[in-house]
Formats: sequence, structure tokens, C-alpha cells
Amino acid sequence: MSEQTVPVTLQIDGRDCSAHSGQTILQVARENGIDIPTLCFLEGLSGWGGCRLCLVEVKGVARLLPACVTRVAEGMEVTTSSPRLQKYRRMVLELLFAERNHICSVCVSNGVCELQDLAQRLGLTHVSMPYRYPRMPYDASHDLFRLDHNRCVLCTRCVRVCDEVEGAHTWDVMGRGIDSRVIIDLNDAWAGSESCTMCGKCVNVCPTGSLSRKGTGVAENEKRNEFLAYLRTMRGARQ
Amino acid sequence: MTPEELENVASEQKQTQAKYRYSLNVCMAAGCLSQKSDQVKEALEKEVERQGRQHECAVKGVGCLGLCAAGPLVAVEQPAADAAGAAVGERGMPRLLYKAVTAADAADIVAALDGPPVQRIQYPTSAPFFIRQKKIVLENSGFIDPERLEEYLAAGGYESLLKVLTQMTPQEVVAEISQSGLRGRGGGGFPTGLKWGTVAKARGGQKYVICNADEGDPGAFMDRSVLESDPHRVLEGMAIAGYAVGASTGYIYVRAEYPLAVKRLKAAIRQAERAGLLGANIFGTTFSFGIEIRLGAGAFVCGEETALIASIEGRRGQPRPRPPYPAEYGLWGCPTLINNVETFANVPPIIRNGAGWFASIGTEKSKGTKVFALAGKVVNTGLIEVPMGMTLRQIIFEIGGGTPPGTKFKAVQTGGPSGGCIPEEHLDVPVDYESLAALGSIMGSGGMIVMDDTSDMVDVAKFFMDFCMTESCGKCTPCRAGTAQMYELLDRIGKGRATAADLALLEDLCDMVKHTSLCGLGMTAPNPVLSTLRYFRHEYERKLVKEEGGNGSSHAKAEVRG
Repeated sequence: MSEQTVPVTLQIDGRDCSAHSGQTILQVARENGIDIPTLCFLEGLSGWGGCRLCLVEVKGVARLLPACVTRVAEGMEVTTSSPRLQKYRRMVLELLFAERNHICSVCVSNGVCELQDLAQRLGLTHVSMPYRYPRMPYDASHDLFRLDHNRCVLCTRCVRVCDEVEGAHTWDVMGRGIDSRVIIDLNDAWAGSESCTMCGKCVNVCPTGSLSRKGTGVAENEKRNEFLAYLRTMRGARQ
Repeated sequence: MTPEELENVASEQKQTQAKYRYSLNVCMAAGCLSQKSDQVKEALEKEVERQGRQHECAVKGVGCLGLCAAGPLVAVEQPAADAAGAAVGERGMPRLLYKAVTAADAADIVAALDGPPVQRIQYPTSAPFFIRQKKIVLENSGFIDPERLEEYLAAGGYESLLKVLTQMTPQEVVAEISQSGLRGRGGGGFPTGLKWGTVAKARGGQKYVICNADEGDPGAFMDRSVLESDPHRVLEGMAIAGYAVGASTGYIYVRAEYPLAVKRLKAAIRQAERAGLLGANIFGTTFSFGIEIRLGAGAFVCGEETALIASIEGRRGQPRPRPPYPAEYGLWGCPTLINNVETFANVPPIIRNGAGWFASIGTEKSKGTKVFALAGKVVNTGLIEVPMGMTLRQIIFEIGGGTPPGTKFKAVQTGGPSGGCIPEEHLDVPVDYESLAALGSIMGSGGMIVMDDTSDMVDVAKFFMDFCMTESCGKCTPCRAGTAQMYELLDRIGKGRATAADLALLEDLCDMVKHTSLCGLGMTAPNPVLSTLRYFRHEYERKLVKEEGGNGSSHAKAEVRG
């Protein structure tokens, strides 16, 4: 698209910022210490523009634009935070919380979850929308990893990292609308996947507890005290 | 094919047609075919032979005759008289029309050719349904056999392509389209000339032209009828567009649910290629243009241009944020022109008759005509084409014949799941892009569903929300989860289990989904709710649980007791 980038200046929240034309609004904002909440965005992956948390107002444009994929332009005037934007962002989070079963207290990612962090940061004190409580499946077939659809926010970071970085394209999305789900290969169990390289990139980019390493969940912290009997026997034998 | 050959084929065909005193045109578009018009055609052929009139009476299958409610339709034309210049009325109107024809009527129809028409099945062509229409896109529909290139050529087909290739520069073509005032017929209403100009100016060796035939609105069948009735017109429009923007390849993205349209398109492409009207060095010029068909699997969202492009590329049909627009970064990253079927179908007549002619039809900002699929509680369901600026009342009550006897008009829904419901008091607004938008609806691609007083507006909104929820691709949160929430809320309101707080939440969600969704599907999904709330709010409120009243009174009692 952009063969050659040119320096541009723009205003973000009233501050003059310099940038080059290939940069996104989000990049320039972050360079200048202006924080815009994001969820599906992850540095190093292609832009997706799906979660709609990073929407910003641009003067002269009727629509709200996603900062993560919108390129800066000369003279642009961007507003990253307004009562309207904050309301919409909180509603996006509410929609996500109500969409599936995000129960923090029993989640492996409690305390290290980007969705939880965002809710706290944006001051989401309660969810006003009715919870949908869908019955979602769970795949614990793999030796190392787990997939819990209850916690998935469909950010597709796993899909993108697997395709763009690992090159395996094990992940994809099936179904549409509210029935969308991330799948492994052709909707197979993770354990038998021939394309999965077990690199664990998907687990590490997942913002919630949807993808996790085994052994980190409730009731998985098994103690192994067999060593004591073993040591005693060995030491006894030496004496 | 050389220009001379084009003329020869056309005039030969005209002579062949002029040999017949009568032509029995049997509608072979999807609507009449589903009522066995193919058997009617067969019976007429046999009957013509039996009565020994095969030398003066032709029987042919034609495209949509419009009045789908009364199918199968048979029109009786007089090609010999027409060729002699005795054409009566305006083009696009049948001379004599028979409705609800069965195979058993064939003998009577053929026997009555010279005498008075068979009255019991005659439909008056002087009815408002015919005389109030203005046919540009549908001018050949119902007159030519869509499966024969020669008939399209005899009707002046591909002359516009010849004209642009031999007499006009690409810039002149773009200017002509711009001056005509043609706007995108897919529903957005973006100025077509401006779009063409942008793609023409875009840098890049390879460019593409895409025809969006992924018509998905419930109850809409305009594009389908055009493709089934006059496929060459769309191919010609695309080739002209290809010349104007500098593209050598075109794609038609058509849904697989339209097998007849696909079959006729394929046949048309093959005929045009064989005749050298598509392919390399068309009319001996340096211009080459080929067209391929891509079948869609019927996802509504694939009508959105970036999702459509993703689907052609073999990827999941999901939209992506714009900008960049396809004009700059489209199919396989190349500049791409993407227009709707009806938009392309308007191009050949504009070139043939001039931008001024087209601009003289319609309103100040909306030029030309618009094809509508009239459906629902209306007497004359069918396909119509009217000049922009005609009022909704004229369309529904004059052309459409109003609601069936014993029912009362309540609202008309335009624009499908992206549009809104317009009540009786606003029926006198002229149909154009701006007026409909001001009423909270949209022009849309041309679906027009009439509703009578038996329709419950909450139910109507719920139906469309169900559609949007099911058809959402699931990429962006507001559309994926928001439509599901709105559907649940509408369901609760409909069942009388919702409170005023639920209605307030529904309105909040409408605002949020409208302004935060990624593509047009989500942005317009709240429209059916918003417009019914605007005009029929009482129907929502009537169904609410009287929460506040209840609380208030019990509270009051407590106070008294205290």
C-alpha cells in the first residue's frame, strides 16, 4: 500500500505528535504515552480491528475508527477518550463478559487476565446485560495445553500467531456470529493434531484463560512426595 | 467479432424476428418457472404446430415480465408490426398479457391470436402496474430470450461497448458516468462515476472489476431477475467499466442459491467469448476483458465488499476495516472496482443515450430509475422499475395495487435487514436515497416489503434481528454479541417479560452497535429496531411489564402503613 512513508504531524488528544505515514494511530499514541485500550491487538501480529475497544474519534470522519489499523495522516485530529468512547468501550467489555462464561474466581488466569485488567482499568463495576450462559465445550486432550471455549473472546490472536509467526495454521475460526468458535485443524481434538508443533505460542498470546498450560489450574497442583520414601530407602541402604 | 459482424448478426436477427406476425413470450424467470411456465411453453409450442401457425407465430422463453403474483405469464407480441414501426406505447410494456396461464389454456391462446383475446386470463396492460413504470434496467426483460446472444444484439446490445472502445477514451467514459449522476444501486448510493474515477486513477498494473450479485436481503430478487432476464447487459456494463478503469479481468460473485441465474450467466459468458465480445482484443481493439464467475455459499455478509473480496480470494468471508478501500487495495491487493448488478445494468443505456438523458430522469440527487421487488401484503407482488422520486404511496397503492381486500396498510419495510419500516403518514415522500435515510430507513438494494395491520412491529424487528444475528460473521464484538443481546431483549419484550429498563438497554445497544461495528452489517443491524421504535413505540411499551407502577404502588402502601 504505502511504497514510501513521509513524515506527518497530527494531533492526538490536543497534543502535537510527529509520525510517519505508515504508522497507525495506536502506534503513534503509544509512542507519545497516550494509552488506548486494546484487546485483539498484539504487537507483532497483523491488525485485526475486531474487538472495537481501540475506537477513536477523528475530526471530519463520521465513523469511529479502530486505532490499531487506521494509518495516520497529515493534520489528523484524534480524540482517544471521550465520555461517548468510554461508554462504548465499557459496553464492549460488558458484551464480552456476558457472551460466554467468564467467571474470574475459578479461572486459571485470575489476576493475569487482559480482559479482567481492562474491566478494572475502564471502571466496569458490573455487567448490566443479561448473561447468556452458553454451554461451551472444553478440550483438555493435549498433554501440555488446554482450550476452554468458555473464556474465549474470539480475538483470534492464536489464529494469527500460529499462521503468521509459527507458520502452522493449526488454528482457525468456524461457524459465524454468536456461534463462532476457534478450532484446531478441521475441528479436531488438540491431542491428535498433526499440524500443531506444540510451540505454545497460542497459549502465550491468549489474553484470557481460554488457552492455558496444563498444571496451572485449580486441583492440578499435585504434590509429589514420593521422593521422601525414595531418599529414605537410598540413605538407609548406604548406612 | 468486428463492428460489421455485430451489425450483421443484429440485423439478421431482426429480420428473422420480423417474419413472425406473433410472438408468444413465456416468462421463464424463477418465479414463473416455479409455477411450471416451462410446461406452458411446451404446450404452446405443440398447439402452434397443431393449428399450423408455426410460420407466423414464434414461441419463446423470455425473462421476468414483472407481475410475479399472477404467474405464469405469457405476453403476446407482434414483431412484424413492431418492425414496421407500429410499436405502441413505451418499450418495456407488453402488448397483451395473459396471467396464471396453464397448459390447458394453450389452445385458446393460439386460437385467439387474430381475434379478441381470451378474456378469462387476460390481464389489462393499461393497468397502473404497467403504465406507471419506467424501464431502463428491465427494458429487455420479458422481451428477449436471455439464453440467446442474437436477441440481445438485435435489441442494441454491445453497441455501447463498441461505442466506448472505438469512440471514447477511458476518461470520457468515466466523465459520462459521472455526469449521468448514477449512484450505486447496491444500497449505499455512492456516486458511481466517482468510484470509477478513483479506480481509474489508482496506481497499479493489474486491476479488477467485480460485480456484486450476492443479493441477500430477505424478500429481494432484483439482481436475480436481471441476471435471469438479461445477463448480457451486466456483462456489457462490466466490460465498459473494465475499459474505463483499466482492468482486464472481471469477476461476478453470485450466490449459489441462484442456479438459474448462474446457468444463464455461464451461457452468456460462453456466447460472448465465442463471439469475441469478451476475451482478447475485443472488436479488434487493444482492449481485452474476461469475466469469471465465483459462487458464494450464501452468507449475507459476503455482500459487503471486503468480505466478498476475501471470499473470492478463497478466504473466510469476513470484512476488514476500511480504509484502505478496494478502489485502492482490493482483490489480491490490486485496485478493484466493485459495483452491484443493477449499477452495471444501467451503464449500457447511459452510454447509448447519453448522460443528459439519464440525468433528466429522477430527482436532483438521485438520477434514473430503481428496480424494486414488491413483496408482502400487496396485491401485485413482483418486480417493478420506477423513476426515482415517485412516492411510496404511488408505488404501493397504484403500481402495487395496495394491500389485499379486507386488510389495512400499516408499514412498508425498505432496505431489508439494514433498512427500516415507514408508516402510512410518511408514504408521500419521494423515493430517493436522502429522503428514505431521513425517515430512518435506506434505499437499500430494492427490497420492499408491505405489511398490513396484522404485523406486530416488535415481531418484525425481532425477525430482522434474528437474521442479522445469524448472518453476523462474528469478527467484531458489537455485531457478534450485540445482535445476540438485542435479539434476546426483543424476544423478551415480545413475550411480555421485559421491563422499561430492558427497553432502555435495547436502545443503548442499538446506539452502540450502530456506531462501533466493523462493517455495514453491524452498523445497520439496529435500523429495523430504531425505525419501529420511532414510529411504533407504543407497540413496544404496551408489552412491557409495569415494573415502575407496581413498585410505586407497593412503596406508597408501605409509607401509609409506616
